[in-house]
Amino acid sequence: MLQFIIRRLLHSILVLLAISVIIFFSIRLTGDPVTVMFAAGEPSPEAIESVRENLGLDEPLPVQYLVFLKNLATFDLGESFRTGLPVTEMVVDKMGATLLLAFGGVFVAMLIAFPVGILSAVKRGTAVDFFGRIFSLIGISFPNFWLGIMLILIFSVNLQWLPASGYDGIEYLILPSIALGMILSGILARLVRSSMLENLSQQYVSTARSKGLKEWVVIMRHTFRNALIPTITFLGIQFGSLLGGTVIIEQVFSWPGVGRMIIDAINQRDYPVIQGGVIMLAMIMVLVNLLVDISYSLIDPRIKAGGGSS
Amino acid sequence: MAQETILEVKNLKKYFPIKGGIFGKKTLNQVKAVDDVSFHVKKGETLGIVGESGCGKSTTGKTILQLIEATDGEVLFKGKDITKASKQEMKNLRREIQIIFQDPFASLNPRMKVGEIIEEPLINFGLCEGKKARRDRVLELMDQVGLRPEQIDRHPHEFSGGQRQRIGIARALACEPSIIIADEPVSALDVSIQSQVLNLLRDLQKELGLTYIFISHDLSVVKHFCDRIGVMYLGRMVEMAGKHELYDRPLHPYAEALLSAVPVMDPKRKKKDIILEGDVPSPSDPPKGCAFHPRCPMKMDICSEVRPQLENQNGRFVACHLYDQPTEPERTG
Repeated sequence: MLQFIIRRLLHSILVLLAISVIIFFSIRLTGDPVTVMFAAGEPSPEAIESVRENLGLDEPLPVQYLVFLKNLATFDLGESFRTGLPVTEMVVDKMGATLLLAFGGVFVAMLIAFPVGILSAVKRGTAVDFFGRIFSLIGISFPNFWLGIMLILIFSVNLQWLPASGYDGIEYLILPSIALGMILSGILARLVRSSMLENLSQQYVSTARSKGLKEWVVIMRHTFRNALIPTITFLGIQFGSLLGGTVIIEQVFSWPGVGRMIIDAINQRDYPVIQGGVIMLAMIMVLVNLLVDISYSLIDPRIKAGGGSS
Repeated sequence: MAQETILEVKNLKKYFPIKGGIFGKKTLNQVKAVDDVSFHVKKGETLGIVGESGCGKSTTGKTILQLIEATDGEVLFKGKDITKASKQEMKNLRREIQIIFQDPFASLNPRMKVGEIIEEPLINFGLCEGKKARRDRVLELMDQVGLRPEQIDRHPHEFSGGQRQRIGIARALACEPSIIIADEPVSALDVSIQSQVLNLLRDLQKELGLTYIFISHDLSVVKHFCDRIGVMYLGRMVEMAGKHELYDRPLHPYAEALLSAVPVMDPKRKKKDIILEGDVPSPSDPPKGCAFHPRCPMKMDICSEVRPQLENQNGRFVACHLYDQPTEPERTG
């Protein structure tokens, strides 16, 4: 197990290196930050030159990259071109809110998808199943920013039940989480349904029934626990796209997260903030995938982490 | 052998609807998996049910257990009709009638440990109070089926096919059943393992006074293991007789053809093989009259018209028009 984790960590470092190369060079294709900073006036060439030097932009690109990498190794993500604040602090500050939102989305998705998926599978072919599937389709079909705006209109503007923007307590989390988790819940409900159906036709379910167990024990304890295995994998993979999805939702709900910070930074060509934000998101992504891999062996005894056969 | 009838199946039918139409609500046709089957099992005996794949043997077994709901007919366990039992009664009946499945790889929950699998019925039926007592009982059951105590915390995938089948047997025994339906219990196993498992089943029968319904397509296994044998064809019971009677002189032409296909380990003995023409007809569209008549070498006019009933022929049962007349006709072929 330890060997497996070490191997995966080394692997993760390679992934992060590759990501750092892509981010670093691709944002430098977007234009010169200094011209953006001086967009208002007509600066002298000397002024531009001195700002460049200050920011370390006068060095050749490979050198800039190596400096970035060296600092990254010590978790120093540099300072914002604009505010001069250390990026590491900025990112850590905002990451909490983003993760909270992402987990909120996953939670909402599970809260909706598990019952819908299970009921659809158990009542296969009935009206319950039909509406469950329609619901999944609707969930998948809504763009989340539109859903976000609709939720604000209905629950904040008209009904005035819940706050529309910002973060100042648990009630602020509800609408953005729903907006974020809805699409995921649609896909997840379908996955749970098909996974349940697959397992319900397995013979061990008949075994459980022949033990005289109550039907819901058969469904929850025997079938659902096995159907959970592909579901967890899926959630792990989807967590990444959910983190990406927060960028839009954070914009809609003025959520003080990393996504909004990155968008602002892109507008201002604030290289260190973009780099730092994206690298941190990537790290979390890699970490979540590692956790998912480890959790397999906990959920499914047939899989021994490390690939050792039994 | 005790002669008390423990289980009686009367006119059991299981039709699976084939649905179609835009909304999938219209029943287009029915697959008659079990079509009017009757038989009884005596306490302590082993009743074999043989037939080709798809003839409804397994469906019969599962319908007796109510794992599949019967379309029609009665299943009388100790004189009580199971098909009309309430939920509470059914729970108790589940304990009395247990099943061992064909595929030991699919029939055990992969996420549960062996101990948990065997323990679950003990908890569910309240057969054993207290953690310690239950664990002791699980270990006792494991010992009974030849599993080692240290295997209690392993998962099913860590076992071989034969061992898994032993787990399946221990699980069934945990319910303290009086009847075990063994649905092709050894057909997924290697031949060398088959005899071990069969011997185990036989030992357990002696020890615990169990009654078996043994479903199989393997005629040599059935001959070795069963006291009485029922032969099924296309969802119907065509012949039912004691082991020796059936193997020495099958009455139904299908049973005769089936038995002639068993390889005999005697080079000197000239065996006549009866090769059946054609395929088994579809159970969704069985032939009129006797289901076997399109392939029967002894076919008569009446066979395509009237369905023969399973009738008593000097203590054994056969469903064939050849035996309608008071005197048995001269057999040729």
